[in-house]
Amino acid sequence: MAVDAVLLLQFGAPVAIAAAGETLTQKSGVINIGIEGQMLAGAFFGLLVDSITRNPWLGVLGAVGAALLLALTFAIFSVYLAADQVVVGTAMNLLSLGVTGTLFRAEFGQTGTLSTVPLLPNWHGLDPIVVAGMLGLCVIAFALKRTKWGLAVRAAGEYPDAVEAAGLSVHRLRMQAVTLGGMFAGLGGAYLTLVFTPAFAENMTQGKGFVAIAMVTFGRWNSWRVLVASLAVGAIGALQYWFQAANSAVPYQLFLALPYLTSLLILVIMGKGTRAPAALAREFRRSS
Amino acid sequence: MQAVALFGLLLLTLVVFRLPVLPSLQLLYEGALGDKFAVGRTLEKATPLLFTGLGMVVAWRAGAYNIGGEGQFVIGGLSGAWVAKIALGHVQPSGFLIAIILLFSCIGGGLWAGIAGWLQVKRGVEAVISTILLNFVALQALDWAIRGPLQQKARELPQTENLPDAMMLWRPDRQTDLHAGVILALLAAVGIFIYLFRTVGGYRLRLVGSSPGVARASRIPSDAVTVKAFLLSGALCGLAAGVEYTGAAGLIGNGFSQNWGFLGIPVALISGLHPLGAILGALYFGALLAGSENLGRFTESGPTIVYVVQSAAVLGFIAIGAIKRNAPAPMEAEA
Repeated sequence: MAVDAVLLLQFGAPVAIAAAGETLTQKSGVINIGIEGQMLAGAFFGLLVDSITRNPWLGVLGAVGAALLLALTFAIFSVYLAADQVVVGTAMNLLSLGVTGTLFRAEFGQTGTLSTVPLLPNWHGLDPIVVAGMLGLCVIAFALKRTKWGLAVRAAGEYPDAVEAAGLSVHRLRMQAVTLGGMFAGLGGAYLTLVFTPAFAENMTQGKGFVAIAMVTFGRWNSWRVLVASLAVGAIGALQYWFQAANSAVPYQLFLALPYLTSLLILVIMGKGTRAPAALAREFRRSS
Repeated sequence: MQAVALFGLLLLTLVVFRLPVLPSLQLLYEGALGDKFAVGRTLEKATPLLFTGLGMVVAWRAGAYNIGGEGQFVIGGLSGAWVAKIALGHVQPSGFLIAIILLFSCIGGGLWAGIAGWLQVKRGVEAVISTILLNFVALQALDWAIRGPLQQKARELPQTENLPDAMMLWRPDRQTDLHAGVILALLAAVGIFIYLFRTVGGYRLRLVGSSPGVARASRIPSDAVTVKAFLLSGALCGLAAGVEYTGAAGLIGNGFSQNWGFLGIPVALISGLHPLGAILGALYFGALLAGSENLGRFTESGPTIVYVVQSAAVLGFIAIGAIKRNAPAPMEAEA
């Protein structure tokens, strides 16, 4: 039973944590395609800091810090310079792939596993990252719904002109939402290297960040529904282990592709008319 | 000016990763342009980059965010390998079959992108997400195919049968990697240039991308144009794979795509989404990739260092563009 919970979380938890942050980011009107790269940076720098300091807690800090830097860069380009969010996000993903891949070779050579690096404590699948991620999710859900700041963030995503008219800065709110969201992606990335096996591989996130973005749409920008969606897709990702064990006639690659296919299928079924923030992916230029 | 900036970014990247600058530059140069083998490698790597870069130019000009070049490349390659396997069971190898392989690669890649285009138009699924998700599906399809229906007869390795020599593209010099695909890529660049800037269809495509409102007012069927852009974009990525298959690789295994589809995006972006500019972009990054192979022989680095240069270049171009755009026009400044 405990093992099953672990399998469920293995795919679902990093997606859920990243999706929690992306929900906040998108609520402010920014779609951050770059969370894939921020997760990857989290996974790599988490392990790197851990291997240097021999302290997995510092590793988590390193992961979140690295993702924060990337998210900040993304925000400067897409918010302040008002550049196309998809272009910047794609460039950031490539940057992260390049930096982590290059440093990985330089620091660890060709081998990936570092068996001597300490991992975070783990109680039957429950670990500090999952706990922190879920607490963070609660805070985001509460802040978005019940605080003045959350209202302002949502307004920046729905009707930015009103925010400016009220004397608040759309740019500042979006910067905050993007960087906070990026930190969640880093935390989700750290889960991949600091919880089960201390190993990194080039491009090891394998699209989990993109799946998280799909889950935000699936959960209709509601923190709790996004969480349920992420865990559901995690369960589908875990199916492969059972089917592999069952030695079924269906090719195992189908099960590996299933989380992506399911995400796509869900978006297809939902179709148009989702309640996306009205100003999502629209850059805001201040009229002076 | 841009060449200087790109070179500066390369220097900066070397410094940041603590590689010895001058020896690294020499290794890069030797690997990219040092002798005829190096030049051959550069051109061989520029070829798929140019095809996928053109694919991205076409899509992004139409406002269609195709990030799934990777998946379209893979499916294109598999389509080519599939038709090759069927054909070789019945007829003798011939140059005509190469053309058939390339055609099927186009169709495969085009249809794979077409799914995303159709879903965007009909179901409102953002292509940014769907094309990426389709990449991962395509990669699993590749793994399945080369361990299943398309695997070599000996069934020893997860890869397809080698193409017979008669079904490989022409090579001017058997010692180098250079093959006729580079000519096809250049022709494609000119073709896409003519299409985009000298035909009505290309004009409409650009209009849908640059001013959707005007396009709608002019009664241009935007949805149809968008789907067409996806099909053409995917076909170019598929063709990249067909040319890679028949020109360089000769077989398809798990390492068939060296991120070619993904790397087409920076090629397109730094060329300002211009088909002829993409030639220069592909040559520059092709040279860097060829050079980085040589660099990797002597230092702990690999092609990933090129990704850093590429992404930094894209960000640099964005910054310059944004600063130009945000700067007040001279008239306003005086007022």
